[in-house]
Amino acid sequence: MSTFDNPFDPDRNLRAGCVCGQHQSAAEHEQASALRCDPVESEEKRYEGVVASAVMRAMFPQDVARRAFLKSVGASTALAALSQFFPIKTATEVFADTGTPEKKDLKVGFIPITCATPIIMAAPLGFYSKHGLNVDVVKTAGWAVIRDKTINKEYDAAHMLAPMPIAISLGLGANAIPFTVPAIENINGQGITLAMKHKDKRDPKDWKGMKFAIPFDYSMHNYLLRYYLAENGIDPDTDVQLRSVPPPEMVANLRADNIDGFLAPDNICQRAIYDGVGFMHLLSKEIWDGHPCCSFAASKEFITTAPNSFAALTRAIVDATAYASKAENRKQIAEAIAPANYINAPVTVLEQVLTGTYADGLGGVKTDAKRVDFDPFPWQSFAVWMLTQMKRWGQIKGDVDYKAVAEQVYLATDTKKLMTEMGLSPPESAYKSFAVMGKTFDPTKPDDYVASFKIRKAS
Amino acid sequence: MTSSLRLRAGLVSIALLAAFLGVWHLATRSAGPTAAMSPEYAKLMGLTATQGKSAMPGPLDVGAKLWEHLKRPFYDNGPNDKGLGIQLAYSIARVGTGYLLAVLVAIPLGFLIGMSPLLSKALDPFIQVLKPISPLAWMPLALYTIKDSSISAIFVIFICSIWPMLLNTVFGVASVRKEWINVARTLEVGTFRRAFTVILPAAAPTILTGMRISIGIAWLVIVAAEMLVGGTGIGYFVWNEWNNLSITNVIIAILLIGVVGMLLDQILARFTRMVTFPE
Repeated sequence: MSTFDNPFDPDRNLRAGCVCGQHQSAAEHEQASALRCDPVESEEKRYEGVVASAVMRAMFPQDVARRAFLKSVGASTALAALSQFFPIKTATEVFADTGTPEKKDLKVGFIPITCATPIIMAAPLGFYSKHGLNVDVVKTAGWAVIRDKTINKEYDAAHMLAPMPIAISLGLGANAIPFTVPAIENINGQGITLAMKHKDKRDPKDWKGMKFAIPFDYSMHNYLLRYYLAENGIDPDTDVQLRSVPPPEMVANLRADNIDGFLAPDNICQRAIYDGVGFMHLLSKEIWDGHPCCSFAASKEFITTAPNSFAALTRAIVDATAYASKAENRKQIAEAIAPANYINAPVTVLEQVLTGTYADGLGGVKTDAKRVDFDPFPWQSFAVWMLTQMKRWGQIKGDVDYKAVAEQVYLATDTKKLMTEMGLSPPESAYKSFAVMGKTFDPTKPDDYVASFKIRKAS
Repeated sequence: MTSSLRLRAGLVSIALLAAFLGVWHLATRSAGPTAAMSPEYAKLMGLTATQGKSAMPGPLDVGAKLWEHLKRPFYDNGPNDKGLGIQLAYSIARVGTGYLLAVLVAIPLGFLIGMSPLLSKALDPFIQVLKPISPLAWMPLALYTIKDSSISAIFVIFICSIWPMLLNTVFGVASVRKEWINVARTLEVGTFRRAFTVILPAAAPTILTGMRISIGIAWLVIVAAEMLVGGTGIGYFVWNEWNNLSITNVIIAILLIGVVGMLLDQILARFTRMVTFPE
């Protein structure tokens, strides 16, 4: 159940306990099922819903009484009656009015891949302006450049790979500068693409000696590919070669027969298929369903110097993410982000990625609506998992305070507050357990998790 | 006689171009529909996969696209999509700034070094080490220390175009004929006057040759720097189209980069002719 739901629905539960009755609280139920953020038609409607919920709750402290009332008079009458003695419209306006941004003209950097969808589409579809901001989204040439430009303050915030803000905060590959993730850009949305000549070599156990490309060392791409290979008995450090290659060069290298495959962000996988040089071996979702991919990142300094701008920006991103999570909007989004000013790719390719109905490169058409999905909540357990992999592959040495780092970088508390204000229903806790290739990850025991892997870099 | 030579040379150039375009066209023709695939699947695939179209565009594709670009060179569709005219203007402005800064530093410094054999010997190892460093090697350092990407690009132009100018100035100044300087000395001409009236005119052709080499290097560097930093400029345009795997646009950019580079070189060549004197 989501806070977007209609408060005048008699079956809706406004207090503790969940709808299905199997969980102690609505939040727990929420965690058990996936987090949903289905936006209502308009912002105002949604805020109105939140305000009306509060009023209904105050008027009918007993759920039973409220249900009886709604059942007997009907939702529209109830709303009319309520409006008579409580100015819902005014209350909504007051509620939606947030602090004025300290800085209205902002620059947000992005890498042209479908992972950046919410950041990009928020410009043409007006999500930034709706939150009172004038944002320039600037296409950037690579992950290292986006890191440097954000550190240099040329960008106020940026699209980054989910592990990058952690790496920057820890000073891996750069000076240690506190960075934060107020929202996850996308979940799923990557894939393993292989060269056409490996059409019959679908078992990773036969992949010894192959060359694979990944976009960046501190990326989910790197960790997921390594994980997948290792689970299949291939040591990613000794049995195969992993190279950091910018995504467009991956397609060219695959065509030139210089690499055997890659784990890349989407539209690149689909582009290789579209051009007839590769096929989809596996969606990253099949490794870990619901894994984070890219993040929306800002430096701690930006948050402290311009808290209202930051809040408005995060709100715009969360709003756009909620919009992008709806399947029926995906076609429109694909069209909005395809022009040269944004991703600069054929619309068909983006549509296949976003709608999940795609050519697999082997002559078949597959459908998976969740091929890429959008869910902004920055689960701190995601950060803990990334830290375990950084440790596993020797990117960080020595002891790590997993929880402290995760909580410093992944701003679950702030985002939760913001989402609640916006009428969304964030989960109660910032930690959840999940399974990667069938192996359950317990965020409270990260060290045991690292130790449980047979294949890992000796540290 | 010369006019007929020019005419014949022109004809040979045109014939070579026609032959090149012809071979290019034939080599990139599409091979017709490839393996059978369901129409539903074919709709999702690109022309390379369905029509056997070569991944390399033919001359007609490039020509059509070039015409499209030339028709609207100055459109502006937001921060990441601007006309080729605007992109070239950004690049030329960057090159101009970095190059002028290099001129301001290299020529006075070269003069100083050229007039003093001691300085010349002492600084030579540093110049020799700094000269061969690639622009891309400077870029991360510049981004990191200057903390501004557009100034970093200008700095990289500056640092890469300074050396040929400096070395040529040193060489030109040092090899001014001893007799001329001695004549000036006998006439009791002061150091400054000697520098401006005797050495500068004598060394000018060599200095301008250095400047001509430098402008070529500066133009080489800007494309690499903009590809790395992104934002605006012809180098960024190449990167953006590379990202889109649009070889057509990349070829167009290469063509324009070549034309602009040639124009810049010709301007300096004209200056060189102006200061050259018969001995």
